[in-house]
Amino acid sequence: MSNILTILVFFPALAGLLGFVIDKNSARVYGVAIAAVEFILSLFLWMNFDSLNPTFQFIEHFPIVKDFGISYYLGVDGISLFLVIMTTFMTLIGMMSMTIKEDLKNMVITLLFLEMTMVGVFLALDAIMFYFFWELSLVPMLYIIGAWGGPLRVYASIKFFLYTFVGSLIMLVGMLFVAYSFYSAAGVWSFAITDWYALGFDMKYQFWLFLAFFVGFAIKVPMFPFHTWLPYAHGQAPTIGSVILAAVLLKMGTYGFVRFSLPMFPDASIMMIAPIAILSIIMIVYTAMVAYAQEDMKQVIAYSSVSHMGIVMLGIFAMNSEGISGSVFQMLSHGIVSGALFMLVGVIYDRTHTKYMSEFGGLASIMPKYALIFGIMLMASVGLPLTIGFVGEFLVLIGFYKISPILTVLAGTSIIVGAVYMLSLFKRSFFGAITNEANRKLKDLNANELVSFIPLVAIVIWLGIYPKPVLSIIDNSVKTTLSIMEQKAITPEAKEIIIAKNSKEEK
Amino acid sequence: MVTPIQVTLGELNLPLLAPMLIAIFGGLGILIIDLIKSNLHKSLYVMLSLMIFGADLFSVLGAAQGRGFFDLMLFDGLSIVSQILILIASMLFIPLALTSKRFHEFSYPEFFALFVFMVAGLQFMVTTDNLILIFVGIETSSLALYALIAMHNRYHSFEAAIKYFTMGAVAAGFYAMGSAAIYATTGSVELWQISEALSLSTENSNALLITGGAVLILVAFAFKLSLFPFHTWAPDVYEGASAPLAGYMSIVPKVAAFAVALRIFSIYIDLGIDSIQTIILILSVVTMTLANIMALVQEDVKRMLAYSSISHAGFVMAAIAIGTTKASTAIFVYYALFMFTNLGAFTMLWISRHKVKAFSDRFDHPYEKFAGMIKIVPMGAVVMALFMLSLAGVPPFSVFWGKLYIMSSAIDAGYIKLAIIMGLNSAIAAYYYLKLIVYMFLREPVKSVDIIYYNISKPLMVVVGIAVFVTVGSVFFFDKILTFVYTMMSASGF
Repeated sequence: MSNILTILVFFPALAGLLGFVIDKNSARVYGVAIAAVEFILSLFLWMNFDSLNPTFQFIEHFPIVKDFGISYYLGVDGISLFLVIMTTFMTLIGMMSMTIKEDLKNMVITLLFLEMTMVGVFLALDAIMFYFFWELSLVPMLYIIGAWGGPLRVYASIKFFLYTFVGSLIMLVGMLFVAYSFYSAAGVWSFAITDWYALGFDMKYQFWLFLAFFVGFAIKVPMFPFHTWLPYAHGQAPTIGSVILAAVLLKMGTYGFVRFSLPMFPDASIMMIAPIAILSIIMIVYTAMVAYAQEDMKQVIAYSSVSHMGIVMLGIFAMNSEGISGSVFQMLSHGIVSGALFMLVGVIYDRTHTKYMSEFGGLASIMPKYALIFGIMLMASVGLPLTIGFVGEFLVLIGFYKISPILTVLAGTSIIVGAVYMLSLFKRSFFGAITNEANRKLKDLNANELVSFIPLVAIVIWLGIYPKPVLSIIDNSVKTTLSIMEQKAITPEAKEIIIAKNSKEEK
Repeated sequence: MVTPIQVTLGELNLPLLAPMLIAIFGGLGILIIDLIKSNLHKSLYVMLSLMIFGADLFSVLGAAQGRGFFDLMLFDGLSIVSQILILIASMLFIPLALTSKRFHEFSYPEFFALFVFMVAGLQFMVTTDNLILIFVGIETSSLALYALIAMHNRYHSFEAAIKYFTMGAVAAGFYAMGSAAIYATTGSVELWQISEALSLSTENSNALLITGGAVLILVAFAFKLSLFPFHTWAPDVYEGASAPLAGYMSIVPKVAAFAVALRIFSIYIDLGIDSIQTIILILSVVTMTLANIMALVQEDVKRMLAYSSISHAGFVMAAIAIGTTKASTAIFVYYALFMFTNLGAFTMLWISRHKVKAFSDRFDHPYEKFAGMIKIVPMGAVVMALFMLSLAGVPPFSVFWGKLYIMSSAIDAGYIKLAIIMGLNSAIAAYYYLKLIVYMFLREPVKSVDIIYYNISKPLMVVVGIAVFVTVGSVFFFDKILTFVYTMMSASGF
């Protein structure tokens, strides 16, 4: 199976094209079947993945535009492997739990195209290909929010599109500059990321290039001053849109930092630790506070998701293997947990057509299964030990402690604030007396919903208790990235930080 | 005492003229056929024109590079590339006459004859480095084009034709004055001699006249290329002309004008006359930005596309100021890709053109017309959306590759700020292209079905099909186009 990555990327799109032929009433089953096949393919990739090899595997590489160095270049390493599996898994679960009735066929086809772009972003090793999937992912999401969203859907979808588009065009300028620098140094054009890793830059160029890429990635994450599109997008998107947005699309930004910014501009990255850490802390604490003030359950989760992405960012800029591996793990856990939470809010919204906490109260006695699953996901989101959320957060905090204990303590408080808003959400909606009589007739989760949620709960607990099979593979590749950084770093301070922060663990 | 001129047929190198001769005699042939038997169906003329352009293209591809006809003609790589673009675009345009409804301009064989003459004029324009022959080429093609616009029998069309004619006359005046100034300082109308004369006299006291001449010519081309502040005619003219002709005007005369502008201004830029370069850069940046901002507030899709093509022209104009071989290549690669998408988009407007009923009193193609198109004609909406995404520069659609290459050539030459401005402009532009997509996909239909795909016919579908194929599949042959154009441009020294 040497071309498994090509199959993984383009199978959903091809199936999406064929999907136009499928009858309306069978569209959903078709979607689930395709997503399941895709998920099995990604598991197959994991089975065949050589966990001891930290570099790129299953590489497919041939030129598309030879004179200009653009090539078809796919490969997978420990960092991208699980992001791909998470993507295919969440698409499958999202597809299964989807409750949309109108234009379901269009939705299924759109989702399949979206899946292609998402998997493509994580597997592309050529910058132009990466950019291609990155930009193309906006279009299906625009349609999903714009066509099935709430009252402000058009505004939200255009805001989402334009924000990301501006950022990524500036990133494109950065990419072209890197490619030109490569051409000046090597005499041939290349957009292959692995070629770019070998390229060193002066501090001045590193700084500006870092900024160019930063704009592109930070808007997607979204980092603190650029986060304003996200609450709108989440607020207006249908459940499936929010699930995919929170679970996968946001991860593209943080993945970009790990894949591009750190290994390509190590000195600039280290120089930027302080500003980015401060932005991340603001992002964590500020959005956690905003989340506490929300009345709408979905907005609480939307803001909490910004807050958690702050933790991911903090881990990436810890510049050591605990921090970065923790971040990558946190990306996975956040993908699963926030996806699940959005789905859970979707469940209650479908039944009552409201998302306001004030409308609920005492749900636990009416819908015990729902309350239990919600509780587990909520605990995972807060980062309770033995859930998936704990592992990532803990590693990030350990990692960043080596950089700055004070900032780490500040970030640690976010876990407490996070617990406050999440627990208050849970308290107001699930405990106490039943405030709204209409809610007495609500049905608990049905079989279909349980089938969607039980795998999520299983993963949350399994990886919470025993994260090693995943974590060790991630860690291997992260160490390779760090060693690239160490070799490339030109300023002595940067070298020192990378070496000092990583030597301790070798004992 | 004038020495008698000795000319042999071999020196004339008449085969160089073959492409234009094919077009001219073809056009005459169409007129003769009409004389012999009138009231023949338009489909005959469409096919004849297609064959003329086919033969023309064939002879362009087969022609050897070189000079001929008293050294007036210069058949170099630049000329070949631009002629290929002109001919392919013309071959895409002509079948658009075969609409399902009858539009009266196409029932005149003169329409096709004029069209073929116009193409011949454009071919002359790009196949010479003589300022006078360039002028003749510009005027031949423009006069034919004015008539073509006016033949679309609508109130706005006359207005458009007159407007275009007036502007064109002013531009011609500027061009003549500019050429005169250059002739006065260098004593020649041949560009290669001008180039030599200029390089010998850089500290010449006539610097004002030299740059002044170039600026006058630049103004003339700014009219032709619709660059700020000489762009104001474009939206009105495009609105008045029939949709396919508007699409055609946004591409073909501009390709020819770019080819000539490249010939003329590369002399100045290669000599390092910074003032010209700066003026071109400023024009280009202002054009792309202002046109984008104007496009944001348009209510009519055709006017939006008019402003968008002004903005694209501004985008490409920057490549002339950059002046590297890569930038020159980028001009034509960009237009080669942009051509299909833009013509496709205008064809979609053409398909939705109602013969008698205008959508509203003021506009023929307001955004509301396309509201909910996905529910009425799903394929049409998807195709139009593809064109819009391509124009917005979303990969992997065709225009993205053009943008990528121009931005890359700007960065290579050290114009990082220019590249960033280009990037930001693409983002602004995305808004108005998205607006149409939003109307088509996310709004409810407002009018009845027949207005939307009123004018559809098989030939139109074929043209749209070709446009879609190139727009979507460009990733597979961008490589080939790039290599071809690059070899051609570097062979002719641009």
